[in-house]
Amino acid sequence: MFRVARPTAGRKPMSATVSAPTTTEFGYNSKIEGEVVHTTVDAALNWFRKNSLWPMPMGLACCGIELMAVGASRFDISRFGSEVMRFSPRQSDVMIVAGTVTYKMALAVRRIYEQMTEPKWVIAMGACASTGGMYRSYAVLQGVDQILPVDVYVAGCPPRPEALLDALIKLQGKVGREPFTKEWKKDAAPKKYGSLGMELGERGEVLPS
Amino acid sequence: MPTTLELASQLRDQFPDLISAPAEFRGEVTLVVADAERIAEVCGFAKAKLGFDMLLDLSSVDNYGDDPRWTVVYELYGLGSNVHVRLKTNISEEKSELPTVCGVWRTADWHEREIFDMMGIRFAGHPDLRRILMWDGYPYFPLRKDFPLAGKPSVMPESAFSRSAPMDGGPFITSTSIEGATLREPRSRNPEN
Repeated sequence: MFRVARPTAGRKPMSATVSAPTTTEFGYNSKIEGEVVHTTVDAALNWFRKNSLWPMPMGLACCGIELMAVGASRFDISRFGSEVMRFSPRQSDVMIVAGTVTYKMALAVRRIYEQMTEPKWVIAMGACASTGGMYRSYAVLQGVDQILPVDVYVAGCPPRPEALLDALIKLQGKVGREPFTKEWKKDAAPKKYGSLGMELGERGEVLPS
Repeated sequence: MPTTLELASQLRDQFPDLISAPAEFRGEVTLVVADAERIAEVCGFAKAKLGFDMLLDLSSVDNYGDDPRWTVVYELYGLGSNVHVRLKTNISEEKSELPTVCGVWRTADWHEREIFDMMGIRFAGHPDLRRILMWDGYPYFPLRKDFPLAGKPSVMPESAFSRSAPMDGGPFITSTSIEGATLREPRSRNPEN
């Protein structure tokens, strides 16, 4: 509890020399404001984070239409604090890769991901974004996890809007468990692709695994 | 209004040495142009004098193993006469080039770019012959018969890369002639496996 020396309120001091300073409680007053919740910094900050995950909508195919349905009134992603679709990667927290990622688009997707500020997460929405889906062909990246660290995969072709909401809830659970104050202490090397065994060539290209 | 065969015959009468007799199959008329070098001339006449004012489609065929290897197919349509005529012409693999018809129908621009992108056939005199679907610098022509379905790895620094797709015993093909819904499901029917 903080205590601060302060003249007693409402009584004028007789003179400067005889005024008797009293102390006033200057902090949490449980009689006025109710109970106290104790928590950790991790849990509090994660709670802030997970309830306002702003998506970067990466609508590349028909899954993008379902993503729009998720944002509209019937399914209403704003119930989970993620209604603010940001078309600027610098303002978004979670990239929702919704649709077929072609090789022509692949490095553009990765560049947009790199422009997002930390912390950032990725949801691979639908069969194409997760594995290439039915496009077993020369033109389609066989899963966006070849270039991005994906947190949640959503099955479906396209997934129901409820499935994406479920993925968002699962991601919120994951964000809520992240021990990121521990990561402050580390000299954290960028964890971009290391966990995936991805390596980049001298010119920034993705090397075949 | 002139019929399809009448218009096709008029086109042939203008170029009697160049164009084959009209072949009709299921109500569609096809003419074969013997010399691909003169295709723009034939198309120009068809549009100016016979009223074929619309190019419905422009596509290409890979007769892999045969010579000439390429067939380019022009689908002509007259909005006034409601007549549809198909022109075909062949080009050898060594040449792989024929004149553009962009000067006749402007819509041929992107069609010819697509053929160039997918098959590698060049169109002489095209105003802007770049790839249209794949990225600049992609080294292959993916619709050729000798290009694998899974694709080939390639690297174009800072713009794109590609890898071979895992086929896992595929391609998986549905056979509609088989009795029973379970057996009709897509299965690996690759003769190489």
